[in-house]
Amino acid sequence: MAPRVDALFYFLIAVSLFFGLLIAVLIVYFAVKYRRRPGRERGALIEANIPLEIFWTAVPLGLTMVMFVWGATIFFDESEPPVGSIDVAVVGRQWMWKIQHPEGRREIDELHVPVGRPVKLTMISEDVIHDFFVPEFRIKKDVLPGRYTTAWFQATKAGEYRVFCSQYCGAQHSGMLARVVAMEPADYQQWLGGGLTGTPAEGGRNLFQRLGCATCHKSDGTGQGPSLVGLFGKTVKLEGGKTVVADAAYIRESILDPRAKVVAGYKPIMPLFKGLVSEEGILQIIAFIQSLGGEESAAAR
Amino acid sequence: MNGLPREHYLNVDYGIRSWLFTTDHKRIAWLYLLSVTVFFFFGGIFATLIRIELLTPQGDLVQAETYNKFFTMHGVTMVFFFLIPATPAVLGNFLVPMMIGARDLAFPRLNLASWYIFVIGGLFTLAAAAAGGVDTGWTFYTPYSSIYSNTHVALTVVGIFITGFSSILTGLNFIVTIHKMRAPGLTWFRLPLFIWAIYATSIIFILGTPVIAITLLLVGLERLFGLGIFDPARGGDPVLFQHLFWFYSHPAVYIMILPAMGVESELIAAFARKRVFGYEFVAFSSLAIAVIGFLVWGHHMFVAGQSVHAGLIFSLLSFLVAIPSAIKVFNWTATLHRGAISYDAPMLYALGFIGLFTIGGLTGLFLASVGVDVHVHDTYFIIAHFHYIMVGGSIMAYLGGIHFWWPKMTGRIYPEPVARVAALIVFLGFNLTFFPQFVLGYLGMPRRYHAYPPEFQVLNVMSSAGASILAVGYLLPLLYLIWSLRYGRVAGANPWGARGLEWQTPSPPPTHNFDTIPLVTDAAYAYDKEPEEVYEFGKPSHA
Repeated sequence: MAPRVDALFYFLIAVSLFFGLLIAVLIVYFAVKYRRRPGRERGALIEANIPLEIFWTAVPLGLTMVMFVWGATIFFDESEPPVGSIDVAVVGRQWMWKIQHPEGRREIDELHVPVGRPVKLTMISEDVIHDFFVPEFRIKKDVLPGRYTTAWFQATKAGEYRVFCSQYCGAQHSGMLARVVAMEPADYQQWLGGGLTGTPAEGGRNLFQRLGCATCHKSDGTGQGPSLVGLFGKTVKLEGGKTVVADAAYIRESILDPRAKVVAGYKPIMPLFKGLVSEEGILQIIAFIQSLGGEESAAAR
Repeated sequence: MNGLPREHYLNVDYGIRSWLFTTDHKRIAWLYLLSVTVFFFFGGIFATLIRIELLTPQGDLVQAETYNKFFTMHGVTMVFFFLIPATPAVLGNFLVPMMIGARDLAFPRLNLASWYIFVIGGLFTLAAAAAGGVDTGWTFYTPYSSIYSNTHVALTVVGIFITGFSSILTGLNFIVTIHKMRAPGLTWFRLPLFIWAIYATSIIFILGTPVIAITLLLVGLERLFGLGIFDPARGGDPVLFQHLFWFYSHPAVYIMILPAMGVESELIAAFARKRVFGYEFVAFSSLAIAVIGFLVWGHHMFVAGQSVHAGLIFSLLSFLVAIPSAIKVFNWTATLHRGAISYDAPMLYALGFIGLFTIGGLTGLFLASVGVDVHVHDTYFIIAHFHYIMVGGSIMAYLGGIHFWWPKMTGRIYPEPVARVAALIVFLGFNLTFFPQFVLGYLGMPRRYHAYPPEFQVLNVMSSAGASILAVGYLLPLLYLIWSLRYGRVAGANPWGARGLEWQTPSPPPTHNFDTIPLVTDAAYAYDKEPEEVYEFGKPSHA
């Protein structure tokens, strides 16, 4: 993505240089040529020139539309993680980044990734707004409390890249640093093998049992709550006739505030889990539900 | 013979009461001038401290908590208590009645009340600073400001809330005055472009300010009473705050730049002795900026979690708002063509304004272009961009305007050579301060960083060096303008040979501005005629 952003950046610099120099040269030229001197005490009487006005309205308009379309195309691709990305969960808090890989490794203020594969970040904050910014990859996304945001990138060269928090978040804002460690795929596989603590989906299954979810959400659909098998990414009918796509945001809301959107045919009897499960725990439960099947392509958004 | 007029608005009465209870728009302009100058240097102290801290990569001058208060107090003071009121409340107050041939604003007592409201709001904010300051950034993003910060957010917010009413009342006063009190013959398309700019600004004052007032009130309610409005833990939405905040605060940028553009048109016309090229286009572009400016707030939120489609629409609209600004720059440049240009200090500021505003405007295109904005958002690129607009643009024009109308306000002229040197110092110091920050931003240095990686140091040292030059450039006018109050050469009614109505009455003017209200027979900037051919005094007053 970085070369594409830079290409547009250089185009913008070229346009700016052209117009900046044009104005500067004209001003200096006029300033010298038309300076006030004896016999030239007043400016000439010049009437409006409509074609000229239209010309210098239309040219910037045309140029800015080129910039708009160009910038919008990049933005569109930046917003759409490719299918098959590695799905990494990122939780921000004052003043650290907690990261969990789908294979189970967890790390703090470091993010190991393989070169040549897209990595999708699903991010949430435990307190204030943060922002995950990797200058070298030209990506940046606010990390909000109470809502998932996503970003993606693909490292092309092994190495270490700085991560800044770029949304002001309090006293140690400038100390909320991390780094992306991009590794050759073989090295990455080796790294993944060390220090395994179980996958997020396994962690989610444990939580699912421990919090008693399994009592009602039986997999055969005979429980007091709907079955979650094959749910992820499907469109769900709600009480009252509306529908909702069962994505990460919906599952999170249904854990914390189950009465907000009740599935058609079920009673609003599920207790609120607000305060009983951490953001990382919720991400694990979502990974668990995702592992039960569903529309893979409709990845969490 | 060339002495000051025997009686004028400054010497009709002396004593503190004659100032604190005045309803004369010219004296109220002085009250504002004094107060915004105090706030300017107050905010400037924090800017100085920021630049000293950033000389070294380590955060070694002050603690991070203290640094965060520095940039917050700098931003709050400069935005709400200097940039927003400076040009409208000082120059607008002094000039609107003078330029349209009126004896005062429509509501003189309301005008004085506006100043008192401004001062009361300012005192709250100064009290917050004295009590220990506030550390949220001038943007007050939630939930940090409403829940997490343990500094004096409520006091500061109350100060800004109160001051907002001053803006609203001033805008109201200007709009009524411009509609109802123009001299006979002074039709809309004969008005000086400064009046058009002030009119457009007043629209934003009235429509925008209530929104920031309500928004900050909501922050206060969440903070003091725990109402769940912006904090997701209480069922609120933190991004909602950003929508409300920028719905005002983006147009607020135009509050700062539109009057500056108005001043710019006056200066260019007066020193090129020529009618502003494309008058109607410059006039309507002010209104276009005021209107479209209300529809672009989302470009502050491209990475904040709004939808992709919202981002695209805001990107498109942000490009559109650039067009009227481009039109203005082209027309100002064309005005110089075949002018009779002189290079007194106000004109140096005016030419500097075109240069800096053009850079500020062009870099705005980088930010409207959403693919690039994602990278430079919340970095020093943004800091550089908006300082080019707000400081390079607004303050250059403001200083140019103060110099230009100083003879009218005081009856005396500032010392020209030192003023030219000061203008040059400001221009050079400004560029050295802020241009390196564009580079810093593209390299990735985020804003509001107390400490930074060592590879950014060279550019930061350049920036701090520039800031010290800039400080000299700002202190010089303070000194020689005060000096000129007593020792300046007597200016006479029209030292620039300008055509504006404000120059057709003695300097300083009498309390009622004009002995008789003139009949206006031609458009502004009629440099092909003598002033006596444009304005017919001595007719029976219509006022």
